[in-house]
Amino acid sequence: MQTATTITQSHHQPRPFPLSTTKAADLTQPAQVKIATRGLNFYYDDQQALFDNDLEIATNKVTAIIGPSGCGKSTHLRTYNRIFELYRGQRVSGEVLLDGQSVLDGNCDVLELRRKIGMIFQKPTPFPMSVFDNIAYGLKQHYHINRSELRDRVEKALQQAALWDDVKDKLNQPGTALSGGQQQRLCIARAIAVEPEILLMDEPTSAIDPVATARIEELVDTLKECYTIVIVTHNMQQAARISDFTAFFYKGEIIEFGATDKIFTNPDNPKTQDYITGRFG
Amino acid sequence: MEFGALSSVYGTLVSTAIGMLIAVPLSLVIALFLVEIAPPSVSRFVGGAIELLAAIPSIIYGMWGLFVFAPFMADHVQPWLASIAPGMPLFQGPPMGIGMLSAGIILALMVLPFITSVTRDVFQMVPAVVKESAYGMGSTTWEVTRKVTIPYGIQGVVGACFLGLGRAIGETMAVTFVIGNRHEISTSLFAAGNSIASTLANEFTEASDDLYLAALIELGLVLFGVTLVLQLVARWWLRRTARKLGAVR
Repeated sequence: MQTATTITQSHHQPRPFPLSTTKAADLTQPAQVKIATRGLNFYYDDQQALFDNDLEIATNKVTAIIGPSGCGKSTHLRTYNRIFELYRGQRVSGEVLLDGQSVLDGNCDVLELRRKIGMIFQKPTPFPMSVFDNIAYGLKQHYHINRSELRDRVEKALQQAALWDDVKDKLNQPGTALSGGQQQRLCIARAIAVEPEILLMDEPTSAIDPVATARIEELVDTLKECYTIVIVTHNMQQAARISDFTAFFYKGEIIEFGATDKIFTNPDNPKTQDYITGRFG
Repeated sequence: MEFGALSSVYGTLVSTAIGMLIAVPLSLVIALFLVEIAPPSVSRFVGGAIELLAAIPSIIYGMWGLFVFAPFMADHVQPWLASIAPGMPLFQGPPMGIGMLSAGIILALMVLPFITSVTRDVFQMVPAVVKESAYGMGSTTWEVTRKVTIPYGIQGVVGACFLGLGRAIGETMAVTFVIGNRHEISTSLFAAGNSIASTLANEFTEASDDLYLAALIELGLVLFGVTLVLQLVARWWLRRTARKLGAVR
């Protein structure tokens, strides 16, 4: 049943699919910390890009990261799932904790980490395969499931991503044939199909039109019931609309972090004030 | 006088098939290694070395094949093949060194640099962000390579393979040196044979009468036909895969 891919690495064995698949947020509990960074520094070769980042991401909330271009927003995000490690010369010091466990140390199972932390990029990145196979991609890698279960899971993921009605008749068409906004929702569906706990979104709407953007923002709002979401955005209105917490980055430092309402109405730091009122950036 | 193209056509197809069977997987592996795994310095060095191979004239491959490679085949490779598969029709007969197998391997060496360098360029053009999202799903390098990088570049890879095939099928000098030049069809890969191009090269100067000459020219037409059919099949297949995967490029 299982494809050859699963035996290529011993630490990458598929497991049975979890029985309970809903994890609605318990709103009676105070926000818990899902990810925390402590004294996080980041270097591109000799150039330091992040300086002593301390940040706490709340469970089942939307945290927005804003700041001018080149201030380290994406760089910060890319340490959570260690995707930066694909490139030579990029290194990190400090700590990233997921549920209190260090992400950066050598014992961490990177493949499992990346299952738990889905990532959505600026441009939609459909894989060169059908819509169905795009969603099934991660499922086949991480779980032992039969065909009918696979179909159910693919449908569920597409429904969660509000894409099912658009694509239910085109499951066998290539993912690249969809529109830009649909492709981006396809990527979200692909990420949530493997039951992650966290979704990292790196400017997910900067390459798509306003209507599609609105749909994705709605989607983020519904998804936060099940997932912890961190979204990097250039668009301050977007951050204000969809996030619960906001972090303002400037030149690799976290200038201010707090509830979105506070950051956008009454920030403590004059730099934050200047940025959100459009005086620079 | 009697003429027949069959042994030449057979030799062309078999030697090319052997060459491609060896060259394509090897090129893919080398290209993927250069793009995905090797550190930049190694990648540059090996890449340069391979491009150098492409610049060697075919006569050199032929002479090297005859004087160095064929004796090596006769002394080591062929006896070994015969011993691991006793009684297999493919490996029958005396290990002479020259023959269909040696010609195929020389062809593989000659087309390898072409296929490798084009495939490497194709793999390098796969957008980093697409690969990142595959890695971001928790995929291993092998999974990303197999499910994303290769399908993404499949059109270019197939194109590269057919570039190599085109070269292999018409390759004259190197094949003429090592194939043995015998107008007979044998199931054994150790046996000498000939190819269309090697027959033309060997016999053109000896064609004593008009009929002989006409037969050789018709053999050239046959080579054109074989190449054309292969190209058409390739295009048809490529269009089919492209539809299935979505027009990526």
